[in-house]
Amino acid sequence: MSKQVVTLDQVIIRFAGDSGDGMQLTGDQFTAETAAYGNDLSTMPDYPAEIRAPQGTLHGVSSFQLHFADHEVLTPGDSPNVLVAMNPAALKANIGLMAPGALLILNSDEFTKRNLEKVGYWANPLEDGSLSKFDVHAIALTSQTVDALKEFELTRKEAERSKNMYALGLLSWLYSRPTDSARQFLQKKFAKKPEVLAANLAALEAGWSFGETTEIFSVHYEIKPSSPKPGTYRYITGNIATAYGLIAASVKSGLPLFLGSYPITPATDILHELAKHKNFGVRTFQAEDEIAGIGSAIGAAYGGMLAVTTTSGPGIALKSEAIGLAVALELPVIIIDVQRGGPSTGLPTKTEQADLLQVMFGRNGESPVPIVAAQSPADCFNAAVEAARIAVKYRTPVFLLTDGALANGAEPWLLPKLEELPGIDPDFLLEPNHEIDGVQVLWPFKRDPETLARPWIRPGTPGLEHRIGGIEKADGTGNISYEANNHDLMVRLRAAKVAGIAREVPNMFIDDPTGDAELLVLGWGSTYGPIGAACEVLRKEGVKVAQGHLRLLNPFPADTEQVLKRYKQVLIPEMNLGQLSLLIRGKYLVDAMSLTKVAGQPFKSTEIIDAIKGVISNG
Amino acid sequence: MAESFASLALVPKATEPLTAKQFKTDQEVRWCPGCGDYAILAAVQAFLPELGVKRENIAIISGIGCSSRFPYYVDTYGMHSIHGRAPAIATGLSTTRPDMSVWVVTGDGDALSIGGNHLIHAMRRNVNLKILLFNNRIYGLTKGQYSPTSEEGKITKSTPYGSLDHPFNPVSVALGVECTFVARTIDSDRKHLTETLRAAAAHEGTAIVEILQNCDIFNDGAWAPLKDPQQRDEYLIRLEHGQPMLLGSNRAVFREPEGPMYVAEITPENEADIVIHDAHTDDPSTAFRLSRLSDPVVLSNTPIGVFRDVQRPVFDRQMAEQIDEVTRKLGPGEFDRLLRSADTWEIK
Ligand code: SF4
Repeated sequence: MSKQVVTLDQVIIRFAGDSGDGMQLTGDQFTAETAAYGNDLSTMPDYPAEIRAPQGTLHGVSSFQLHFADHEVLTPGDSPNVLVAMNPAALKANIGLMAPGALLILNSDEFTKRNLEKVGYWANPLEDGSLSKFDVHAIALTSQTVDALKEFELTRKEAERSKNMYALGLLSWLYSRPTDSARQFLQKKFAKKPEVLAANLAALEAGWSFGETTEIFSVHYEIKPSSPKPGTYRYITGNIATAYGLIAASVKSGLPLFLGSYPITPATDILHELAKHKNFGVRTFQAEDEIAGIGSAIGAAYGGMLAVTTTSGPGIALKSEAIGLAVALELPVIIIDVQRGGPSTGLPTKTEQADLLQVMFGRNGESPVPIVAAQSPADCFNAAVEAARIAVKYRTPVFLLTDGALANGAEPWLLPKLEELPGIDPDFLLEPNHEIDGVQVLWPFKRDPETLARPWIRPGTPGLEHRIGGIEKADGTGNISYEANNHDLMVRLRAAKVAGIAREVPNMFIDDPTGDAELLVLGWGSTYGPIGAACEVLRKEGVKVAQGHLRLLNPFPADTEQVLKRYKQVLIPEMNLGQLSLLIRGKYLVDAMSLTKVAGQPFKSTEIIDAIKGVISNG
Repeated sequence: MAESFASLALVPKATEPLTAKQFKTDQEVRWCPGCGDYAILAAVQAFLPELGVKRENIAIISGIGCSSRFPYYVDTYGMHSIHGRAPAIATGLSTTRPDMSVWVVTGDGDALSIGGNHLIHAMRRNVNLKILLFNNRIYGLTKGQYSPTSEEGKITKSTPYGSLDHPFNPVSVALGVECTFVARTIDSDRKHLTETLRAAAAHEGTAIVEILQNCDIFNDGAWAPLKDPQQRDEYLIRLEHGQPMLLGSNRAVFREPEGPMYVAEITPENEADIVIHDAHTDDPSTAFRLSRLSDPVVLSNTPIGVFRDVQRPVFDRQMAEQIDEVTRKLGPGEFDRLLRSADTWEIK
């Protein structure tokens, strides 16, 4: 007998367990099913910094959150409606996030006295009524999995490992997801272990059938596909999108890609991904340290490659001197900072946006570097292409800022077409570019009158032998110059070059549907999602509010001042203590208000909604 | 023009012989008068035509320090970078541009102190770089502080009561990380310097040449016994592959069975035991023992010449080969296929 189907417009599920329980994988597979089904979605993994934290403890909990809907999804969601917790630690670590009335699916097998006490539950929450405001379903996921697999020649331990697939099967039934992609995934993963494959498929199946037959669930749910732009989609994380953006820029420019990088969380997956694609001519160089990462990239840029270095905040600190060299040499280098919690080692696996001022100012002397920031996981692709375009066109290092939430978060991505991406023309200098008394000579620092960029000269070009260095250079000739007025001129020229980029980039993104909002909520980077979601909710309640977003943070888009001054109030939510707000206040003398959060987690849209309401009521 | 160097097989050949003069720039050379760097510069400018490659296919990368001004004075491509980082930058250039002959010019502070990490890793990888390490045992550009090669107890402005640091022996360091070519020469011995440059240039992979250089302002006479024609033969062991290692009028290098090397008078009894220099042996430990013979203070028993010259796969080549191999296996990258490498779905 088939059960009643209830239609929902959106669901937020959180899968949680021990880091060894495979919850990231369960989440990934559920997401793949959901994407294939056609829902818009956004995901966020949340895992411990330790690779194998002690079992059953709070800091060993690994979680994965998925928000999917029949409409556009901007964030991984605030309060989950569903929690799948594989042990008491997973329940304890996540229960505070859950919305009242949320569905809790708890693996009762693990709720033993010992496990409960390990995380400080002195009474069993399944029995003491402390979960009464939730819809609790205690299910013996482990033993039911073992039961379902008793025909296989597996030890109990081996059979238990499939409990995540059992859970996936159950959830797939509960939310009417097709399981084809999960099956395909398992077939690929266990191609060489037919016994394990069969067991996992059986567990998946058993989980599904359990949902269908058990009386615990009287209904199951359906979330209709959303109706996004037509085209071909895939699901992508920010780090992979960044890697693809770099490859796209390499293909577009015809410049071979070189990545000099030292492993660091949460940026390393970009190195991993690019290392796979050597058939695109990609050279990945795992350097001896962060400095060699950018050092080698500078060497490659000098050699005429599309040169990149990837890191996180601590790595930027180490690279600073070399970034200054790239500024002085005026060579294109893309520097990717996947931001994490700081200072120092900080919170390697948690997100933050607190490197903005570091990349803006963290070098000796006047050392302007353009800054591009990605706003969503898939947008990392476009942001990487844009960073490469600016670097090559203006012969300058460029920062691309993403963050831990973007890097590991994922969303559906409408596949781009190469021909629709902006052109990137290396335009190497091939012959002398200056004339003195009828003689053609090379002036390595003669600038393009419009962009103020100097020529890019590949070693190996005959007749253009020249020397460059970190010492101040004479305008034009590039010879060493300690002359005071020349230095003053060169500092201003380098600044003007970077400032001039504003001329050719799009205006600031503004979403102000009624056109008469008095409050502008201005964001940058990954706050795009929560701010957008907050504005949407408020507009439904009749509140007028505008969303502004900065993709380019140095220079700011040309219309920034004009836009800011159009609004009576400006609120800037940031995952730091007010860095963009400091820049905006300083540069435009606008009395912007700051909403700050440095809790290692993205903003919830409710936090932004509350702040907006507060601002508006104080008028 | 000499026969072409195997290490430069991928570098375009010059169509006609070049001259030393063509390697001079119009920039005024700004080392102190009498500095050993002048002799090295002249020797390098005179030697470069021998490479037989196009001038535009040579690049010199330096760090910071007196020696690192070198690129400004040689009319090739060049970069005067930042303190200690030249090997890293040169690695980026060399691994992406097999058509370039890449040279690193550095000093004892630049290479062994602030840039020690990059130096050892370039040598460990065997990047196709020719590294000239000017060792004057002092910081010159910052006006006279002890360096990582200064002898213990060195009185300088930063160590008025004597330095406490134990020094590095650059040759020992290079051998310790299994650099495939390690040599030592002297700024004022033009003939030996040129021969050593030639051997280094011919080597495929990283070649490091320690050049004992005099800083006549802050550490004058640091290598005096090795340079003085009256005394030097009593101090120097001139290494030649396949030849016995002799020194002075009647001394030579011996080795205890599997033990350290030592210098002793030659007698009819021990004559047959004189160690024959073998630069091509794979195991770096013999060369390492040899590098430990010299006394860091009085400089007795100082070997010069090529300590080690062995073949090992070159990092740059391997990187290029790996790309070729993967491309052969997977076919040239197609962007659209890359995008579709995960599950996709259509929205109509
Ligand atoms: S300080 Fe010493 S090393 Fe530097 S240029 Fe003068 S003499 Fe040469």
